[in-house]
Amino acid sequence: MQVPSDQDLTTKGMAASGGGRLLVLACGALAREILALIRVNGWDHVDLHCLPAILHNHPQKIAGAVEEAVLARRDGYEQVFVAYADCGTGGDLGRVCDRLGVQMIRGPHCYAFFEGVDAFDARGEVFSFYLTDFLARQFDTFVWRGLKIDKHPELLPMYFGHYQTLVYLAQTDDPALTALAQQAADKLGLAFERRYTGYGELATALAAAV
Amino acid sequence: MSDDESDIILSELNDDELVDQMFDDLYDGLKEEIEEAVNILLERGWQPYDILTKALVGGMTIVGHDFRDGILFVPEVLLAANAMKGGMAILKPLLAETGAPRVGKMVIGTVKGDIHDIGKNLVAMMMEGAGFEVVDLGINNAVESYMEALESEAPDILGMSALLTTTMPYMKVVIDSLVEQGKRDDYIVLVGGAPLNEEFGRAIGADAYCRDAAVAVETAKSMMARKHNQGVVR
Repeated sequence: MQVPSDQDLTTKGMAASGGGRLLVLACGALAREILALIRVNGWDHVDLHCLPAILHNHPQKIAGAVEEAVLARRDGYEQVFVAYADCGTGGDLGRVCDRLGVQMIRGPHCYAFFEGVDAFDARGEVFSFYLTDFLARQFDTFVWRGLKIDKHPELLPMYFGHYQTLVYLAQTDDPALTALAQQAADKLGLAFERRYTGYGELATALAAAV
Repeated sequence: MSDDESDIILSELNDDELVDQMFDDLYDGLKEEIEEAVNILLERGWQPYDILTKALVGGMTIVGHDFRDGILFVPEVLLAANAMKGGMAILKPLLAETGAPRVGKMVIGTVKGDIHDIGKNLVAMMMEGAGFEVVDLGINNAVESYMEALESEAPDILGMSALLTTTMPYMKVVIDSLVEQGKRDDYIVLVGGAPLNEEFGRAIGADAYCRDAAVAVETAKSMMARKHNQGVVR
């Protein structure tokens, strides 16, 4: 399976190839990491279908979109695994997954499962804004342009006035991504912290499902 | 809404046209135009309270409905709110002078562990626009902060907001404290925030879950009216 461009993963997602016994239905923001895990672990029976990552900005649409995708594709597979956490759905996604009889990833969002849900909770961070590798690359699309701060800078304090630190949760050691995340922090006027997480509980949750 | 605001001379519009134009300008987040229109209506002898309710709150209600229906998104709503804020800044001192009707008093704040205040600020603004006195506690409020404010401000309504699934359970901590102290029935408790729903509101013992600012205003008004009818308003 080829990795689509970040722009495609953001707006279109990624279509499953149609082969394999286990379908992983994921957020487009996780495509690169999941494809890397499939490749490294030799999970040849795993297929990946991604929904547009921009749903991250419209969490009220996630549960319905996941349900529709599971129902449309589950007949072609023995099993479906949903590679989303709650992701701001207020428990709706969990209820959908329970109803459909499919597993999903534990935790409130990808920031938590990359770091480890318990470790993330234990930090009790209130004033931090998070980026992952994908979001560092797509900062302009999701945040700067996505929230229209580019055209209306007066919105910046309304969104970020209470944040203090941008925490870059790094899945990989990539100085170029660190530089992008640092630039994002500078644009938002926030302090910067890089925290290496690797793939965290995304890897363990997928391994358990596989 | 329209693409040719620059061709419109606000002062040449009659009152009805101007209010309609203010609805459009609020929708488009045009703060300067809203400020200009508010001043024009004041010059024409409109009462500040009428400008607030008929033009600003009326326009913002349309924005709220389109946000609820997925036609507008957060940036557009924030721009509209910013425009309304511009109009309200002109009207607020005048409202105080002219003795606008006071519907009730609300203490509102985002719960502990949560710094998201966009929704809470919208509710506070719309409640003010609807004639409520609003005491805004800001973000990241512990139970003690709510209790102190309830004691010192003696509001009719407590409003709590949360954006995170991890912080919304804290609302129950606050309500449980009210119950323990025998004060739960002293206040109307309204809760809101993106991950909440009616079921959650009921489960934690709130009086109502409000899905958006317009619903919060309507719910608050109807509950205040019920309180009046029961003769329990302070």
